[in-house]
Amino acid sequence: MTSSIAVEASRTPGVAAGGAGGRFIRHPWVGFSLRRLGGLLLSFVVLTVVTFLIVPLIPGDPAVIAAGDGASPAQIANVRAELGLDLPMLTQFLNYVSGILRLDMGTSFVSGERVSTLIFTRFPFTAEIALLAIVLVLLISVPLGMAVAILTRGGRNKWLDHGFNFLTSLIYSIPQYVVGTLLVVVFAVTLRWLPAAGAATLNSLVLPTAALMLGPVCVISRIVRRETAVVLDKDYVRTARGWRLSALRTNARYVLPNLVTTTLTLSGLILAAQLGGAVVIETVFAWPGLGQGIVNAILQRDYPVIRGIILVLGLLATLIIILVDLILAIIDPRNLGATSNDV
Amino acid sequence: MMSRLRSREFWTPAMITGAALLAALILIAVIAPLTMTQAAEQLTPNAALGPSAEHWLGTDDFGRDLLARALVATRLTLLMTAGAAAVSVVSGVVIGLAIWLSGRRVREVALRILETAVAYPSLIFALVIAAVLEPGVSSAVIAIGIAGIPGFARITANLASSVSSSEYVVTARLLGVSPVRIAARHMLPNMAEPLLILSATVFALSLVEISALSFIGLGVQSPQYDFGRLLNDSLGALYTQPVEAVGPSVMIALTGLSVMLIGDALAAHADPRAKRSFFRRVLQRNRTITVPAGDTALVRAENLRISIPGGPQLVKGITLAINPGEVVALVGESGSGKSLTAMAIAGLPSEDLAVEADLLRVGEMNMLAAPDQSRLARDISIVYQDPGTTFNPSLRMGSQLTEVLRTHLGLGGTKARKAIIDALTSVNITEPAHRLRQHPHELSGGMRQRAMIAASIVTSPKLIVADEPTTALDVTVQAEVLRQFRRIHREQGTAMLFISHDLAVVEALCDTILVMKSGEIVERLTSAQLAARDVHHPYTKALLAAIPTLELGPVPATAGVATP
Repeated sequence: MTSSIAVEASRTPGVAAGGAGGRFIRHPWVGFSLRRLGGLLLSFVVLTVVTFLIVPLIPGDPAVIAAGDGASPAQIANVRAELGLDLPMLTQFLNYVSGILRLDMGTSFVSGERVSTLIFTRFPFTAEIALLAIVLVLLISVPLGMAVAILTRGGRNKWLDHGFNFLTSLIYSIPQYVVGTLLVVVFAVTLRWLPAAGAATLNSLVLPTAALMLGPVCVISRIVRRETAVVLDKDYVRTARGWRLSALRTNARYVLPNLVTTTLTLSGLILAAQLGGAVVIETVFAWPGLGQGIVNAILQRDYPVIRGIILVLGLLATLIIILVDLILAIIDPRNLGATSNDV
Repeated sequence: MMSRLRSREFWTPAMITGAALLAALILIAVIAPLTMTQAAEQLTPNAALGPSAEHWLGTDDFGRDLLARALVATRLTLLMTAGAAAVSVVSGVVIGLAIWLSGRRVREVALRILETAVAYPSLIFALVIAAVLEPGVSSAVIAIGIAGIPGFARITANLASSVSSSEYVVTARLLGVSPVRIAARHMLPNMAEPLLILSATVFALSLVEISALSFIGLGVQSPQYDFGRLLNDSLGALYTQPVEAVGPSVMIALTGLSVMLIGDALAAHADPRAKRSFFRRVLQRNRTITVPAGDTALVRAENLRISIPGGPQLVKGITLAINPGEVVALVGESGSGKSLTAMAIAGLPSEDLAVEADLLRVGEMNMLAAPDQSRLARDISIVYQDPGTTFNPSLRMGSQLTEVLRTHLGLGGTKARKAIIDALTSVNITEPAHRLRQHPHELSGGMRQRAMIAASIVTSPKLIVADEPTTALDVTVQAEVLRQFRRIHREQGTAMLFISHDLAVVEALCDTILVMKSGEIVERLTSAQLAARDVHHPYTKALLAAIPTLELGPVPATAGVATP
């Protein structure tokens, strides 16, 4: 669900990539790398400021709120010192930045564990289900979307058209955490085939991944279907038909490669959005990843941990988008964003 | 918009289902809290009962009716969702328009920031806000509402920039109307439809995310409850009372579904692609036709009719013949049916058209049946209008230009490459071996069109169908491309069917000129007649009057002249 607005937003042309710098940068990869590095740096700066502001923005006295209900004055003073709230705002910020650069984001109020250690232990769990889900999503939705588009092209097979639209709408309108809950009710509670919670065995991966991927399969197969319909109307597909190529050859060489750009761009956004989905899904399945970590931290007002995890999730989202850009540029150099000798 | 609400097309089954569901949910939101609050909130001793006639979904640990709780929660959920969606939409539109109204510098920076923000998972953004504020109804609405702003602002800004280049906005600006007034009076109404569709999406999104916040315990707090909170309560009792998850799950799904259906129906209504109807062409059985002795024509079409099934006839029974080596031109304005005719002869009619004829053959191939594909590919080559779009942007030129050679003539890679390099050289393309390694966008328009011509002659076809091959090119490049067609005809004696709306283009090239108007051939001319301006039909005279002068020089003796 998170993805669709981003999907719509990305469809329309935004700012032209490149800008003024492109004129004197000769090699397209240099410009590309500089722009992406700039983007990463910008996100880092924005995230640093935003995560820093979480504490000063708390209405009232942050130390009182962070110390929790019924905290003694000594505890409040302790929290105030720990967060450095007694220092001037600028000093607080500089300390925060230098801490981040030294990978020292403080210690958890609750467990006393270093925040960086906590993130390193939790991160692999989130990466595991998010990556597994996106790979499976692509493997399923690209062939599915293409097949439906080809079978319904030019108004053929109206029943499939309507059926596909209805079914994907239906499944997509069930949020991931509801799917997750229902999967637990059916497969763990009723049938007792799979574990309901935890990350003890390989089987534990099945339900969280399934809950995470069902929605994206629907969105991406719809996107692939719509893009395929657009590509099927292109002149070069008519050219391929004019060369009397077989349907298989036409679809594999003239349709599929031209779907890759849009599909991957949107999948990148959806994968980034999966980080949000994972937060909720991890709660359903008691999955010990970053999502569960942040929810617990917010409930316990454990501000150092909140700051750390938000920062890491944000950087991850940026990295995913850059990774997708990189793959696209390798597949098709036109995506480098530099002007070629196109006349 | 209002007139559309009454049209039958608007009320598709999906739209009716979605609207009915939403209406029912709103009704529940109004009525349930008035009549069922007692059952939903009163603690009773009937704790943790299963489904029964009295409690359809059973009761929770405190003896409260679960169905009643799910229904009563509808009001709070819908109000919160509407609130958050309103925050996203209103702020998004205002910010988006403000970005468009601001100067270029500010706009580019702002769009860049929005682009980054859009890529960021909005739920995590909402978590940041939830971490700052005390969890509760209003902070959930604010968090989800704000998290939805960047996406909507970006879309509004993009829509605004596309609407702002339209004529009436440009006119209004020239007349000195203030930007704010232009935005409010001229642009917003024209952006209303896409914004409405997207608002449906935003509503669905807000529902999912608000419920998600409540579900993970950061939204609505006990004793208040919305769908997400109820689902969260059910999680603790999943093993003892799994039915408790059913009520909130179904309600979230139904609410989301109703909005999705409405959004989809609105989007489909705005997309013309969805309205096509499919028609299955009946093909004749005999793939070849025995040509009677004495009929020396290569192509023969008798009483060719092309129509939209159940609709108007676009080509109204035309008869033509092309002899081997003859160059025939089909001339007429757009919509005269000349391209339809040519594509039907080439065996590539548009799939939603009905093609009928007393006879339609190319050589021995019956074009009303499904002739052998390899033979079709070898005997008929097609050159299209716009060289900018006829090549697959993601394949290298070499692999596209050699498709027919490899697929239908069974040539190996090296032989096919050599053949196409020869053909490219013959149409004056410089560095042919290098071109084969390039992608289409790296070649100029004229070069691409000559490459297309090279691909069309490399199979030594009997017929080349050229559909306005020079229209999309600028004048100097046109002349070069025409020269190539003339040279091919002189050297190889290939028959051609040449489509154009421009008599000057065909005059220098064609033996026979057929003038088409409204699906009929209104005049048949020889090149000599055309050169002598010996024409009779007023339409032909009008076409002649429209000719700009175009001088065609002779073919240069030496190859190697590259077009710009």
